[in-house]
Amino acid sequence: MDLDAYTSQPGFFDELLTPKGRARPGSAQLARFLRKSTGAELNLKRESADLAIKTLGISFTVYSEGQNIDRQWPFDLVPRIIRANEWQMIELGLKQRLKALNLFITDVYNEQFIVKDGIIPNDILASSKDFRPECIGMRPKFDVWAHICGTDLIRDKDGTVYVLEDNLRVPSGVSYMLENRNISKRVLPELLDRHNVMPMDDYPSQLFNTLCSLSPRSIKSPEVVLLTPGIFNSAYFEHAFLAQRMGVELVEGSDLVVENDDCVYMKTVEGASRVDVIYRRIDDQFMDPEVFKPESMLGVKGLMRAWRAGNVAIANAPGVGVADDKVVYTYVPDMIRYYLNEAPLLPNVPSYLCSNAEERAFVIDHCQDLVIKPANESGGYGMYIGPRETAKSTRNIRKLITANPRNYMAQPVISLSTAPTLIGDQLEPRHVDLRPFILQGEDSFVTAGGLTRVALVRGSLVVNSSQGGGSKDTWVVSDVTKNGMR
Amino acid sequence: MLSRVAERLYWFGRYLERVENTARLLSVYSNVVLDLPKAGFVWGSLVDITGYVEPFKTRFKSPTERNVVKFLLDDPSGSLRANVLRARENARTTRDLMPSEAWEKMNELHFLLSRNLNQQVSRNDRHEFLAQIIDLCLELTGYLSGSMSRLAPYYFIKMGRNIERADMTTRVIDVASLNLIGPASLLSENDNILWMGVLQSLNAYQMYRQQIQARIQGTEVVDFLLKDRSFPRSVSYCLGEVGSSFKHLPRHDKALKTVRRAQRIVARAAAVDLLANDKLHDFIDHTQENIGLTHASLTHIWFSA
Repeated sequence: MDLDAYTSQPGFFDELLTPKGRARPGSAQLARFLRKSTGAELNLKRESADLAIKTLGISFTVYSEGQNIDRQWPFDLVPRIIRANEWQMIELGLKQRLKALNLFITDVYNEQFIVKDGIIPNDILASSKDFRPECIGMRPKFDVWAHICGTDLIRDKDGTVYVLEDNLRVPSGVSYMLENRNISKRVLPELLDRHNVMPMDDYPSQLFNTLCSLSPRSIKSPEVVLLTPGIFNSAYFEHAFLAQRMGVELVEGSDLVVENDDCVYMKTVEGASRVDVIYRRIDDQFMDPEVFKPESMLGVKGLMRAWRAGNVAIANAPGVGVADDKVVYTYVPDMIRYYLNEAPLLPNVPSYLCSNAEERAFVIDHCQDLVIKPANESGGYGMYIGPRETAKSTRNIRKLITANPRNYMAQPVISLSTAPTLIGDQLEPRHVDLRPFILQGEDSFVTAGGLTRVALVRGSLVVNSSQGGGSKDTWVVSDVTKNGMR
Repeated sequence: MLSRVAERLYWFGRYLERVENTARLLSVYSNVVLDLPKAGFVWGSLVDITGYVEPFKTRFKSPTERNVVKFLLDDPSGSLRANVLRARENARTTRDLMPSEAWEKMNELHFLLSRNLNQQVSRNDRHEFLAQIIDLCLELTGYLSGSMSRLAPYYFIKMGRNIERADMTTRVIDVASLNLIGPASLLSENDNILWMGVLQSLNAYQMYRQQIQARIQGTEVVDFLLKDRSFPRSVSYCLGEVGSSFKHLPRHDKALKTVRRAQRIVARAAAVDLLANDKLHDFIDHTQENIGLTHASLTHIWFSA
């Protein structure tokens, strides 16, 4: 494979090669391996990877036209390498961030010092549609609300790693991260062995320990369950995977019942059995028809009652969504300074709040260089992507911002880094992001690396698997080789 | 073990058994008709056995061979395709508890039945096709019995299979004695071919022959299918299997009592008396009611918690 023919796109950071075509530190072995392999050899490896995916049954579900379609997990065999010393910094930054977010959520549902001290304006909380009045006054164990967090990281053209967003509600992808490593072990065993790659397969037991630590009863083996919306959910594979790896029951709403003693029980063939910790993979809104959407068939009637009474732990706790709102996101660096009295280790993507007059003026002048997002919309709805828009829509967005400045925030167009990806017989640069998973209970834990998602379409920035995105195994490698030599 | 998971395994066992039984019925009846040139009347009784008389009447005017076969192949109510789908849906969320080969066989069955089935309406390909279905069912069951630990998941599948089997055997006896042959002929010692067909439809012909050397006789056949202690599709045997599955599960007292009562009812029966007094149909009703009570009892204890 001629790596000189692999041209990284100018204006983007390539994860493997410098602009001069040299391997980045830590990637020399991978570059050598790729240079030595022919396209045909790599394709053979791809075929065995595909076969492994099929036999391991790694799939994700796409629901369309009334039918469930299990699609095979899209995997690119060229690993993405991150140096261990860079990772250490990222890991500290992620722990710091989640710690501050949890302190923030406790504060929001209790004294609201951060508002009283003028760090965050009150109307931002008041207007957040994910603020749950039902959570006011709650202090979950260790004051931790978000126990599992999937944070999306991107690398800009100068190599700086930014946090794009914090996913605190029901982040998914960790099973694919683990399965990607399994596939690498099968198809690239020698290359893997030549690197000192940090292991990641202890995640299920770390997760299990975190969940156990939340148990309201101090008993030797608390009953932990994973609550899934069921087989029609796109992440059902992951739910079943994690339940099996942790050795806990995979339950649906109808398996659980809250009795008059405000405790949660699961229906088993032995009879009703008390549940201590629920790892829920359904949204707040569907969790308890007694409190939220009354038509929800997925939830458990009385679950909020049991949680408020302190008889069951829910991970992540209800109400965490208040901290992954797009506007609240812009305040995370301030939260870190405010609650921890530390400087943020990981930067946010620079953001401009249109509620601030100075920043608004900048946004209005530079519309065409910016991505402008409505604060309270999700799923990309109403998003304005400057370089792609017409003059008419630019005039329109200016009008909208002026009319309702508080509802808009803007960010520069981000240049996601690229990594070599096998396309046909060639290696071509494709854009990637990274989702590590962070746990917080009694202790904190960060996965060594995370799920690298790759946009398989040339030039595309969309990494979602449901929209043609793929994935890569992520290797956090130490400069020290296995025999201690540098 | 979760009640919902137990319930799905139970129904998986039932639907899978129903698929095998339906395929065998269809296959045997297709052969019987070859032996009886003017026996077109038997096709309607196949619909009677499945119990889906109403859906059939809504879709078809008369129970011709073509209509009945089409109905049993692909109708959404009680066809092979519908029951394979149901078995698969129940297995989807419980597959972690079974050997992976069982799930693969389940998928093979599903793919076999999700293609266009029009071709199988004709007699030429039907036999081969039905044999394939029966084989796949048996392979699947083989994986279960060969590599599943004898723990709760196994026993829930097993009790489902045996409840379904017991129920099917009573249906076959009922329809054969009432519609197919007529009560009078049971004692008349005619209809040798038809009684052979009945035995074959439950895979009982060879075993019956080995045990009962006299010529085939209606009363003997009914007794054998109801009460034989060693034939795995007799009602008695199936209920015994259900009861012994119960014993491996917690809180089984009430369920065990119910199934024992059903067993006693069957054990006391004598085909000669029942037929002489024209009471076979009532007796079958009563037996089915007790199988139903057993189902209700196990559902109540283990699935509704």
